[in-house]
Amino acid sequence: MSTRIVITGIGWVTPLGHDIETVWRNLLDGKAGASATERFDASTFPTAFSSQVKNYDYRRFVTRQDCHEGVGLNTAFALGAATQAWNMSGLGAFAGLKTERMGIYLGSGEGSLDSDNYFATNIAGWDEAKQAVDGAKWAATAFRKFTPRKETEQEPNQPLNHIAMELGAEGPCYNCLTACAASTQAIGEAFEILRRGDADVMIAGGAHTMIHPLGVTGFNRLTALSDRNESPATASRPFSLDRDGFVMGEGAGMLILETLEHAQSRGATILAEICGYGSTADAYRITDIHPEGKGAAAAMRQGLSQAGLSPADVHYISAHGTSTKENDSIETKAIKAVFGGNPQAPFGGAPPISSVKSSLGHLIAAAGAVEAITCVLAIRDQVLPPTINYGTPDPACDLDYIPNVARKTRVDVCMSNSFGFGGQNDSLVIRRHA
Amino acid sequence: MKRRVSITGIGLVSGLGTGLDEHWQGLMAGRSSIGPITAFDASGFPCRIAAASPTAQIKDFVPKSYRKATKVMARDIELAVIAADLAARQAGLITPGTHDDAAAAGRTYAAERTACHIGASLIAAELDELTYALHKSAPNGQFDIHHWGREGMQSLTPLWLLKYLPNMLACHVTIVHDSRGPSNTITCAEASGSLSMGESLRVIQRGAADCGFCGGATARMNLMSFIRDVFTGRMTVENDHPASAVRPFDVSAAGTAVGDGASILILESNETLEKRGGKALAEVMGFGASQSLNRANRNTSPAPDGRGVRLAIEAALRDAAIPAGEIDFIIPTGLGHAPSDQAEAAALLAVFGDALAQTPVLSPKASIGNTVAGAGAMDVGIAARCLAEGVLPPIMNRAHALPGLGATRPKRAPLYALCVSSGLCGQNAAVVLKKA
Repeated sequence: MSTRIVITGIGWVTPLGHDIETVWRNLLDGKAGASATERFDASTFPTAFSSQVKNYDYRRFVTRQDCHEGVGLNTAFALGAATQAWNMSGLGAFAGLKTERMGIYLGSGEGSLDSDNYFATNIAGWDEAKQAVDGAKWAATAFRKFTPRKETEQEPNQPLNHIAMELGAEGPCYNCLTACAASTQAIGEAFEILRRGDADVMIAGGAHTMIHPLGVTGFNRLTALSDRNESPATASRPFSLDRDGFVMGEGAGMLILETLEHAQSRGATILAEICGYGSTADAYRITDIHPEGKGAAAAMRQGLSQAGLSPADVHYISAHGTSTKENDSIETKAIKAVFGGNPQAPFGGAPPISSVKSSLGHLIAAAGAVEAITCVLAIRDQVLPPTINYGTPDPACDLDYIPNVARKTRVDVCMSNSFGFGGQNDSLVIRRHA
Repeated sequence: MKRRVSITGIGLVSGLGTGLDEHWQGLMAGRSSIGPITAFDASGFPCRIAAASPTAQIKDFVPKSYRKATKVMARDIELAVIAADLAARQAGLITPGTHDDAAAAGRTYAAERTACHIGASLIAAELDELTYALHKSAPNGQFDIHHWGREGMQSLTPLWLLKYLPNMLACHVTIVHDSRGPSNTITCAEASGSLSMGESLRVIQRGAADCGFCGGATARMNLMSFIRDVFTGRMTVENDHPASAVRPFDVSAAGTAVGDGASILILESNETLEKRGGKALAEVMGFGASQSLNRANRNTSPAPDGRGVRLAIEAALRDAAIPAGEIDFIIPTGLGHAPSDQAEAAALLAVFGDALAQTPVLSPKASIGNTVAGAGAMDVGIAARCLAEGVLPPIMNRAHALPGLGATRPKRAPLYALCVSSGLCGQNAAVVLKKA
């Protein structure tokens, strides 16, 4: 008799567009978002390209501009995605809305550094004799260079804060930042808050950009990024043998979740139902995922078990599929451990899998929410988005990755996986509402 | 039917000391840890005081086999790992972190039944390390991004980014103690620690784990973190008398001071706690969360009427199923920043009415400073100790309390406590504890 949780609104801002239908069409058409990095001069960086949101202005989405002047890009993405989802849900016109029963759970990343001023201030503060930064010299430049608002707007709970101010949420509000798993986890935890009755409505999702000099530096130093600079659009090639790292993306995805009772009471259009959530920690290493994908498999099993479904019930897996050597083969192993137990069936019975990161790049903290939305749309339209740029098969990745072409098929139940640096594993189960 | 949950370990690290006992003694003695900043030359800042830097060294708090990994820990991470060690030992947990051979000694809880929810701040890069690299790409004092991209960045250690990801606090704690259950990292400023505790509480209540590490940590003694604190407009400039500069809920409150600090609590289900014969320090009765809306200042402080704060308190009291009158003392955020204090006071008056005059309102931040993500669970840990001891520490730096907040002695031996955390950007969390 546990409470059922449904999705009544979705919205996103991605490198392939700023509204649901455009992005979805581009994903199904196999478009790619990556191109030379324009946000800053990355021409000499090991990775000189990224998947950027272009020609985007959040101001056309918001009604309380006075609260948002000077927000960071991550918050700008968050506002666009959240207001799209909100408008789709029809909650704005619902007179019975109790704002203290409406919360927000985001998995959003920190704002971008004010890089030029940050670098200049640090360098001005450098004391060559001491080989250290001198506090007084540093402060003298810092107070001249930095803008207080730009600094405060980098706090990771600002996307949440601005959505709350825009839409009036006064219920339980959280931001979690579990690296690349963050927004999947946020949706899962929002689902749990609704299930235990602490809210009627939750806005859940994430927003992030790390396309700034130190963001790219950090991932380049980890050698996690593709350096296929001659061909950005084909650089993200999850599950292919010649994959060489992920492609940095940016954007936001937001969903409106409600208890079924609340959605029905106001006659809302129900897009899909969230029926399972699994979350585990690898507790293995800070740099590597568990080589057998034990934690990942455990998260998938938990999700299925909470949904009361068996592996054979799942029609599609939206993979984490980052296009790194390690992730894609280990994720495949974990999927096979959970889904591949039938030697008679093609692929051991594992369902078709794709990674929209092949098209969008990796939206880091925001990736999971965007991928959850693709599951909702797959169920709506009975079509699966492809893994583009799929070329030479990898013997370690031997499942059906929906190579290069979207597929019309029956889609009632989807799983969406996200795994983060630091060993965070999260899986959601999303199904057709009936 | 949700399961009952208790606090069994309290690990605190701050300018006041290392461990719960040192904190308790410092608070009972009315000692302040706030003084001139020594971590860097603060002469160029309007605020030049902060809580003393904790003295605890990470190498003393991790298994020998894990010492190498401490090289990739920002101070925030170190503090969380230290506090987790203290908490696990106080609870008497056998984990690979507390025992070299935990398997032989018999783990208290299976890895899969152990949760970890740790709040974190926006972690600033160590400026000496970063600037050493940056200045090589600035031959004429001007940063040359082409040089940086080509070779400058190579001066940074390959794992540089991993020092600063907020989820690395929880990541290291889960590895040290082999905790593989639900885990999360909440980044909601001063509310982070309490919200994280709420997450562990709910996970244990719903049966997804039996035990949880929860709380938060922060390190503010970094030029970049510190200037961001200054930019919030909440900091004191009373540099001449540090010990009395932070005056929460006093009519003369004129700003807060920050400090490095961490607090990790061990929560356990009463059922498994009884089975293992462990000891509860306090029972967690209720939890509530909410959002403030103060659009005028973008939630730098809660709205003057305290509505958002009140919603969290009411939700926690409802969850605990006790009337407000049962609460014997309160530890609110109490920054000593007048608009924040006044909003919290308004919320408390709205919930407690006249009873507030008989309900002491404590403010450890007068002594410990604002440890941001480390603060919420620290207040809960201190409240639990108050309940266990049956006494309250003296109220510091409050010669003239805000109207209605004058109580200094509880109406009876304390049975119930309320803690409230309200953070920059408006998230609020409230926790109700009961004497064990």
